[in-house]
Amino acid sequence: MRYSALALLRGALSGHRNWPPVWRSPEPRAQYDVVIVGGGGHGLASAYYLAKNHGLSNVAVLERGWLGGGNTGRNTTVVRSNYLYPESARLYDFSLRLYEGLARELNFNIMLSQRGHLMLAHSRHDLESMSRWANTMLMHGIDAKLLTRDEVGALVPALDLSGEARYPVLGAFMQPRAGTARHDAVAWGYARGADRLGVDIIQNCEVTGFVKDANGHVTGVDTSRGRILAPRIGIAAAGHSSVLAKLAGFSLPVVSYALQAMVTEPVKPRLDTVVISPGTGAYVSQSDKGEMVIGASLDLFPSYAQRGSFGVLQGVLGATLAMFPSFSRLRLMRQWAGIVDVVHDSSPIIGPTPVPGLYINCGWGTGGFKAIPVGGWTFAHVLATGRSHELAEAFQLERFVTGRLIDEAAASGIAH
Amino acid sequence: MMQLNCPWCGPRDENEFVCGGTTHIDRPALGADDTQWGRYLFFRDNPKGVHLERWRHASGCGQWFNMARHTVTHAVLAVYRLGEPPPAAGKS
Repeated sequence: MRYSALALLRGALSGHRNWPPVWRSPEPRAQYDVVIVGGGGHGLASAYYLAKNHGLSNVAVLERGWLGGGNTGRNTTVVRSNYLYPESARLYDFSLRLYEGLARELNFNIMLSQRGHLMLAHSRHDLESMSRWANTMLMHGIDAKLLTRDEVGALVPALDLSGEARYPVLGAFMQPRAGTARHDAVAWGYARGADRLGVDIIQNCEVTGFVKDANGHVTGVDTSRGRILAPRIGIAAAGHSSVLAKLAGFSLPVVSYALQAMVTEPVKPRLDTVVISPGTGAYVSQSDKGEMVIGASLDLFPSYAQRGSFGVLQGVLGATLAMFPSFSRLRLMRQWAGIVDVVHDSSPIIGPTPVPGLYINCGWGTGGFKAIPVGGWTFAHVLATGRSHELAEAFQLERFVTGRLIDEAAASGIAH
Repeated sequence: MMQLNCPWCGPRDENEFVCGGTTHIDRPALGADDTQWGRYLFFRDNPKGVHLERWRHASGCGQWFNMARHTVTHAVLAVYRLGEPPPAAGKS
């Protein structure tokens, strides 16, 4: 059904007892045209655009746990496109533009809030590199501006700008169109959209192996719910990409790390933008519920445990309280980590693998949420046509052999 | 916080150490082609399980050493010196 004010009124008149499920839970069929492994944002968006842009609806999304239960439900919901190199700028701004129209397109409120994203400069050198960065973005047609210290104070009154501040703020670099979106809603919206176009979404279905023919071409997957055949298979499994790649017989230039986030108890509106301090490794925004959402830098040792270590937690909270002394009395409600797939140049891999018929969308590292729409759009393109989308041409696995890396370590936001 | 057992200083908190990634990576021969060189530089097993890795006691003695550690439980299964062969715990 289509959501609207009228539908809400009808629901209210019947006591909200008759809302249909948002998507079906079908039994897996024996065969599909395309199977996508991973029911997070990227996998679901890929399925949606396969059906919508390419008319392929005989598609299944296989998810080991529940939809959006991995990094899609564990990020800090920030969307932005303040990247440095032209290839990345095009990619991420396409994503942000899709986000801007997504609630209408999916008929599902993703609660996009373009509240702006401020990156603090703590030294003259920060200011210089930020002015280069902002100018590069403007040349790519992406909004960016530099703020003086006073302008930062006017926008973020909670920030400590006094002379005693542990980390003095000299100014900031801002992308006004950046902001936050509700992460669950993005997964659910794409799931509902894909389901309505005929895609089968199958949860609690773990891939345990890949089936290949005599030529080494992938022909299907073995799962905890039986064998499912498909001539084209896409992996969108973020931190578990290497595990699936190993099952399929190849390796990736990926290392999995835990990335932490945490929320405080909800309070009244205090912070209406996203503030990041790359120098200290902390960033903060306030959710619509009122919680302060705090993101940390990576726990810098390989990990598949979805929890962070106490050392990093201490560091990020210290930095947050140095910036926002008034947050010191807030209680922390929850802390968790997602397993992120970090590659050497902090840029994604969207394309074929060494196994014919098997494609991969990975390497988004600490910044996959903002890229869900474009990740899905370009991954669907290569799955449907066998050719890279022009936005994804530079983001292929072979760049780790040719050496043509796109090093976005700085723009990926948080310390690697 | 993990406690790591520096072979020279004994058990210390994790934030005194820096992880240097996978250990026992053989540098290819001088005549290596781009594929071999790329694999050497960038491609890693990234196991969900026992990982053989090198660490440095950066805020202590400054020495490098090897460790076998489980990447899900973070349990340290063995600590051994650089140049030593991996212990049985790492050969899963």
